[in-house]
Amino acid sequence: MISNLAQSALTLVRAVSDIPAQQPIKAPPADFYAIAPEIILCATGLLILFMIAVKRFKSTIVYASVAIAGALASLGAGVFLWFDLSGDRYRYSFGGMIAADRFSAFLIVLTAVALVMALLLSVGYLQRESLNKAEYYILMLFCAAGIQLMVSANNLIMVFLGLELLSICLYVLVAFDRDRPTAQEAGMKYLLLGAYSSAIFAFGIALTYGGTGTMNIPAIAQYFSSNLLANQGVVLLGLAFMVIGLAFKMAAVPFHMWTPDVYEGAPSPVVGFMASGAKVAAFAALFRVVLIAFEAYRLDWQPLLWGIAVLTMLVGSIMALVQTNMKRMLAYSSIANAGFILIGVIAANPKGVQGALFYLVAYTFMVLGSFAVVGLAAKRGERGSELKDYRNFYQDEPILALILTFFLFAMAGIPGTSGFMAKFLVFSGAAASNQWVLIVIGTVASVVALYIYVRLVVNMYMLDSVDLIDKPGGNVRVNFGSGLALGIAVALTLFFGIYPEPLMNIANHAGIIF
Amino acid sequence: MKGSFPLLSLLLFMPVIGAVVIGFVPRARQNVAQILGVVFSGITFALAIWLVIGFKTGVPGLQWTESVKWIPSFGISYRLGVDGISVFMVVLTAFMFPLAIIGSGSSIHRAKHLIIFKLWLEAALIGVFISADLFLFFVFWEMMLVPMYFIIGRWGRERRVYAAVKFILYTAFGSAFLLAALIAVAFISGHGGTPTFAFADHLKTSFTLTQQRWLFWGFMISFMVKAPVVPFHTWLPDVHAQAPTAGSGFLAGVLLKLGTYGMLRFCLPLFPRAAVEAVPILLTLGVIGIIYGAFVALGQRDVKRLIAYTSISHIGFIVLGIFAITTTGIVGGVAQMVNHGLITSALFFLIGMFGDRRHTYDLNEWGGLKKNMPIFAGIFLLVTFAAAGLPGLNSFVGEVLTLFGTFAVHRWWAVVGAVGIVLGAIYLFYVYGKLFWGPLDNPKNKVLKDLSPRELVVIVPFVVAILFLDLYPAPMLERITPSAEFVVDRVEKGTKGTKQEYVEPKVTSPLKNPALQKAGPKHDGNAKTGTSPGGQQPAPGGPAGPAGPATTGPGGSPAVPGAPAPGVVTPAVPAPNPAPAPGGGG
Repeated sequence: MISNLAQSALTLVRAVSDIPAQQPIKAPPADFYAIAPEIILCATGLLILFMIAVKRFKSTIVYASVAIAGALASLGAGVFLWFDLSGDRYRYSFGGMIAADRFSAFLIVLTAVALVMALLLSVGYLQRESLNKAEYYILMLFCAAGIQLMVSANNLIMVFLGLELLSICLYVLVAFDRDRPTAQEAGMKYLLLGAYSSAIFAFGIALTYGGTGTMNIPAIAQYFSSNLLANQGVVLLGLAFMVIGLAFKMAAVPFHMWTPDVYEGAPSPVVGFMASGAKVAAFAALFRVVLIAFEAYRLDWQPLLWGIAVLTMLVGSIMALVQTNMKRMLAYSSIANAGFILIGVIAANPKGVQGALFYLVAYTFMVLGSFAVVGLAAKRGERGSELKDYRNFYQDEPILALILTFFLFAMAGIPGTSGFMAKFLVFSGAAASNQWVLIVIGTVASVVALYIYVRLVVNMYMLDSVDLIDKPGGNVRVNFGSGLALGIAVALTLFFGIYPEPLMNIANHAGIIF
Repeated sequence: MKGSFPLLSLLLFMPVIGAVVIGFVPRARQNVAQILGVVFSGITFALAIWLVIGFKTGVPGLQWTESVKWIPSFGISYRLGVDGISVFMVVLTAFMFPLAIIGSGSSIHRAKHLIIFKLWLEAALIGVFISADLFLFFVFWEMMLVPMYFIIGRWGRERRVYAAVKFILYTAFGSAFLLAALIAVAFISGHGGTPTFAFADHLKTSFTLTQQRWLFWGFMISFMVKAPVVPFHTWLPDVHAQAPTAGSGFLAGVLLKLGTYGMLRFCLPLFPRAAVEAVPILLTLGVIGIIYGAFVALGQRDVKRLIAYTSISHIGFIVLGIFAITTTGIVGGVAQMVNHGLITSALFFLIGMFGDRRHTYDLNEWGGLKKNMPIFAGIFLLVTFAAAGLPGLNSFVGEVLTLFGTFAVHRWWAVVGAVGIVLGAIYLFYVYGKLFWGPLDNPKNKVLKDLSPRELVVIVPFVVAILFLDLYPAPMLERITPSAEFVVDRVEKGTKGTKQEYVEPKVTSPLKNPALQKAGPKHDGNAKTGTSPGGQQPAPGGPAGPAGPATTGPGGSPAVPGAPAPGVVTPAVPAPNPAPAPGGGG
């Protein structure tokens, strides 16, 4: 023991003394292109912070414009990264902390698009709710940066850092309307449960590190492939804890309890963003953990995820049936959607990955669009979001009603929308792995989910009007930003439904690393 | 094959273009929307007529095919084509929509939206029938739900919401299994490589027995819900009763046929072994449907529910014909699909005309209408006769062929099924008597006027079609027969040398003398073509048989009705009026 120590100390001394003479110090490569999108977002956030310090503008439109410009620049950087990677499969940089691959570039771009749309929707919303604070935009930018870090993380510690960055921003954003009790409740609930789940995730990392001696995701895979573990309890527990931590973030059953409360209380644009962004981040990390790090343990995690997916689809769809609040109902439908995306992970083949990535894109636009309509239709203080308030919504707001109907049918998986293609692709992925039971459960769950949307459509078109004070609509003002965001969401949902081939190819390229 | 001209695409997109154009019509100009709706659906019908005239007789397989790559990485293409079965479904669809658009008038609430939904539904229905790609088929299959859901839910009767939700959920439940099954078919046909959704590739694939069983029932659940076959029928009466007139018309006329069409198109040719195994179950369900539908119909007070139950009974006949797996039975089944579509939607339109006047469908509210609405009563009587399968009207052809086709192989099911015809006559004439005879003592009914010109425009084409298809069914049957033979042939080949081996009995036609038949050549699927186009050749199979009167006269119809036609095993050489045939031949 002691001799060993002395030996290594000697080597160290030799090494230190040798280096200056023989070769330059090799610092780990720092590939700034790989984290340019995150840097841009953080810089923009800091810029706005600086602007506030200098002079606070009454109108937040300035901050919003800067934030949107930053998000667009981040989007551009993401696209650049995608094309920059055309030669390599992946590049690890920052000492293996960051993986610059097409998978991360794809999800970085998706996050940036979601951020742009959420920001466009926020301007009008914040004005209506008198929440015109520049901090909102800063938090959104940092939150998106956290998501982007998490999707490009190549080390479990980076995953955790990204997770924490996005979570902490979201805790604040959820409770941003702090005068509203439901928002406070939502923020508190999300904070407490989120902190708990982060702890579990961190514990999972620690156990994995204990079992494998590394937190680098490819290194873990290499460790498993080159070593035969006599006792696998530690790593399996680590895997399970990490899956639980991520399942919390993606709102998978049975770790979904917070979702309806938080979605109900949080500002609608934030809900749209967290429902898409946080899911993207959690799924990205799940992909890297189970499909790269724990690839060798496929037979262990597949049944675990199988159970979670089935529960998520069924509970999400069935619980949505009994909701009376629009946002709670959409929350359960977003839970159900997480279950469908999980099918693609369980399939664990290129088609499944492709399907899950396609689903994430389709889902992002559907969920942002539907929450956008709900946010627009509600009155100040988010009143008028009950299901009964949507009676004869079509009479009052025909265009918004049509758009909402379109998104609902898209989520129900009616052909001609990206929602159908997404479901079809994840089912195809499962078919390629012969997961037939999962497919049948999935298709049946989507019928149950269909009832949710149909019920709402009934409310909007087919019932006689009742006089309600908090009826939405009447004179909903759709400003330019919201209109643009809705237009993008509708156009892309339709386009990817009718001509999915380009997006499928891109998703296929993005999934090539697994 | 006339592949050059994209007639099918034109058929598919004409209603879509119409719907988009009508979308721009201002809300105040409902009548413009209606005229445009009639024009676009009228053009669609004209194209459908062109399609059926240009359709080559005596050839199985798809015609007018088109193919454009859509999602190559999944083997999905925009493939279109029609065979002898689907071509008539297309014509039936295209026939019904202009009339339905005329029929609902421009005065009703939000007529413009109704017309848009109707055109959307028409496009989706035509799409289902002309798809030669399983994925495309499913896309149209699901696309159809939305307009139908809105038509029922927004323009229906009091409990329309319940009916609309019931409709969409039942059908979507069936589709869930369809989706899973079709993905499985595509992956199995891809043999581990790129999956393929081309129907032609599926036909080349041989599925193992286990796969066949699962997939057969996966498809069948969906089709049985849609048809509806008896344990899955409970949605139909509610939906029919609550839907608006046009909605019921579409439902009875075309939507229900999707189920039986799917059985013929997918279940039998792709999974022959499983199908042969399932025959007893499905025949039993068909017969139960016939009898049950008829009895329950007798107990209804709401006329629309009553007709809905008669639909269940008639669908039972079609299922019987299809799963007898004889050429005669299938030809009869397809003919019955067309006939039932025409008759039942005509009945719904007629009842709707009464409903428009009185806003009730209660059977007891009627009575004695013969006196002040003679034209209405006359047309109603004709359609009732047709529905009852009276010789001389179109339904008779289908029912007789179905029963003969079934009798040849599954005697007792046919016997029980035949009872359904009697029951059908009972309930239909009971209804007719209740509606039109008796004293005209209801004061509300005394003031009713006879049919308006607009209503006549709607209903007369139905009457003409009903009469035409009876008096001259040959063009229809000779186009259906090759496709029906193809299906039977597929089953025979697919089950050859297995435990489920199935060979179609030689004697299947009501028009033949069995004694002469024995000397005829062993028939096989390729040589069975009954009537050659234009009647220029003698019937195949005939030359080798013993001498008999040459039956193929000009125009493809036999010169001597009811005479024995040796060697010709299909019924595709019917008399201009086959009514005397059973008497003469049997």
